[in-house]
Amino acid sequence: MNSRVAPRTLSHLDELEAEAIHIMREVAAERERPVLLFSGGKDSIVLLRLAEKAFRPGKFPFPVMHIDTGHNFPEVIEYRDRRVAELGERLVVASVQESIDRGRVVEQTGPRASRNQLQTTTLLDAIEEHGFDAAMGGARRDEERARAKERIFSFRDEFGQWNPRAQRPELWNLYNARVRKGEHVRVFPISNWTELDVWQYVARERLELPSIYFAHERQVFRRDGMLYAVSEFVERYPDEEPFGATVRFRTVGDMSCTGGVVSDAATIDEVVAEIAATNITERGETRADDRVSEAAMEDRKRVGYF
Amino acid sequence: MQAELLRLVTAGSVDDGKSTLIGRLLYDTKQILADQLEHIEDASRRRGHDYVDLALLTDGLRAEREQGITIDVAYRSFVTARRRFQLADAPGHVQYTRNMVTGASTAEVAVILVDARKGVVEQTRRHSYIASLLAIPHIVFAVNKMDLVEFSQERFGEIEADLLALAARLGLHDARAIPISALRGDNVVEVGEGMPWFDGPTLLEHLEGIEIAGDRNLDDRRFPVQWVIRPMAAEHHDYRGYAGQVAGGVWRAGDDVVVLPSGKRSRVAAVETADGELDAAFPPQSVTVRLEDDVDVARGDMLADPERPPVVARELVADLCWMSERPLEPRAKLLVKHTTRTARAIVDELVSVVEIHTLEDRVAPERLELNDLAVVRLRLAEPLAVDPYERNRETGAFILVDEATNDTVAAGMVREAS
Repeated sequence: MNSRVAPRTLSHLDELEAEAIHIMREVAAERERPVLLFSGGKDSIVLLRLAEKAFRPGKFPFPVMHIDTGHNFPEVIEYRDRRVAELGERLVVASVQESIDRGRVVEQTGPRASRNQLQTTTLLDAIEEHGFDAAMGGARRDEERARAKERIFSFRDEFGQWNPRAQRPELWNLYNARVRKGEHVRVFPISNWTELDVWQYVARERLELPSIYFAHERQVFRRDGMLYAVSEFVERYPDEEPFGATVRFRTVGDMSCTGGVVSDAATIDEVVAEIAATNITERGETRADDRVSEAAMEDRKRVGYF
Repeated sequence: MQAELLRLVTAGSVDDGKSTLIGRLLYDTKQILADQLEHIEDASRRRGHDYVDLALLTDGLRAEREQGITIDVAYRSFVTARRRFQLADAPGHVQYTRNMVTGASTAEVAVILVDARKGVVEQTRRHSYIASLLAIPHIVFAVNKMDLVEFSQERFGEIEADLLALAARLGLHDARAIPISALRGDNVVEVGEGMPWFDGPTLLEHLEGIEIAGDRNLDDRRFPVQWVIRPMAAEHHDYRGYAGQVAGGVWRAGDDVVVLPSGKRSRVAAVETADGELDAAFPPQSVTVRLEDDVDVARGDMLADPERPPVVARELVADLCWMSERPLEPRAKLLVKHTTRTARAIVDELVSVVEIHTLEDRVAPERLELNDLAVVRLRLAEPLAVDPYERNRETGAFILVDEATNDTVAAGMVREAS
């Protein structure tokens, strides 16, 4: 189209931000009981900032929910409580420990035990208990190949299952958020962002992150080529000797499946520079839960994993 | 780094080497990381290939890997020093028209794969037709497998002439052809050695240079109200802001406004974001507009320039891509979602359907089947403020939703409104 007005351009971060704000407002307008999932990780911290951009000076038209595995980095829980209090928003905590105590799930044992898979049941139970019909999360399409095909509005049936064969076509910015009772829709406002976009946005918006994202001294041990934090939640094999190292974490999942990388990057700018130069993907490097099989993510998503 | 975002869609079949092209773009722009490369090297070896199959990078779902075909739209990102790319990878088989329409709806550029051995075939015409229907502003024909025609300049010249004639016939204003070999990498990111006679840009250079800033409608102010911000708290007691994404024009404080469909008038008091007031807002920014008067405005209303308003329509003639397995019969009742408003509609008439093999119109079809491209007449239960799609891709587009299943069953593009 030939315009009378001089062309105007946005940076990629501005355009991704505008898209994400639009998506959040659509969720708020089209669903009765949305919820924003918050893990304490950088992606969900970005979501909180985007929610401020979408709804201030009003309140968020949804609560913030954390699925607490009980195996968190303490720094993350401290951050969560402080940040939600600053925002003056509602926090809902759904606990994997409670799911275990109520017999909904059975704790794994041994050095490979993780509560990562148990989260799925806790999440689905919480969605049902609170009657949530839309759950927004910080997943991104660049994280994993199955995610690349998932819609921004990803429909889940009564069992919380994703059916990749029966996805709704998603056209323009016209999102179909309709669900029946008992069903819900997962919504990923930052689907189109990359890890680097997220870090650049964190830097631009001067967002505070939990301290574990930056280089720090910590006791770790080596397993499958990754460095795990020594903690009471992870049993070690006899040959897994702890040692001190300067590490930072690229994701903040359950301590039992989140590995650190050796790094001296102590500031956001240093992390951005390191990521821009990195040659291993985020999940491949630090998430043991994706390493189980080639189709690992796809299998978990089908049963309702975020 | 503040690069501009470019959204592109690729169209072509497995046979055209589309997955290989995308893999090549990712690989040669250094987006393939060590663990991904290791992963596809293993997979290639297991399949008995003696080369690294770059196509494996983009095959997402297990079913596809097993069948060796791409079944759905996949989205991926890559970045160069000059641009941040968002790529929708749409399969090209005849039964997957809906996937290309989906990927094309948000695209600023379409890369259409052409096999140099076959030249312009039915599928090329179909993809080009869909690109024109969806009003994608820029088209690139990637004439692939040049290595299999001895990198013949003459062969490329013949195909290029056919392609440019096709583009002219379809009204594609910005179309060009680039000879490539995705397998070897010639003219994708690097120039390579195969075609010293070609003096145009490589595919990537071309994609990095396309001017997209003027593609959006900056003339006709359009602002679909998405959400009303009313804090009703002590410190913002009287605050009332209309939140939404600018769909057309440049918005400034002092601009006259008509609220549609009510027709009430006001003026813009401020255009702002959570970070403060803006001098001006333009598409696709998400902002909040405050008005000078306390007029009644709700989600679904459209704020517009009273001098250049959209049509407040009760009846639409529209291009439609039917996306459901269940056929569309005349008299069907469906929901129309247009900008931020949803209304009921009746299909008054199936005007014509495109014969996908010949691209000729067949008038008055009895029903529409999955993947049909058609023209229909819709009657609306309440008025919608629309523009012709060719004038504005935001305010001229809609989807149809089946209330019984909640499925999205069609993509629509307004031709005429009354």
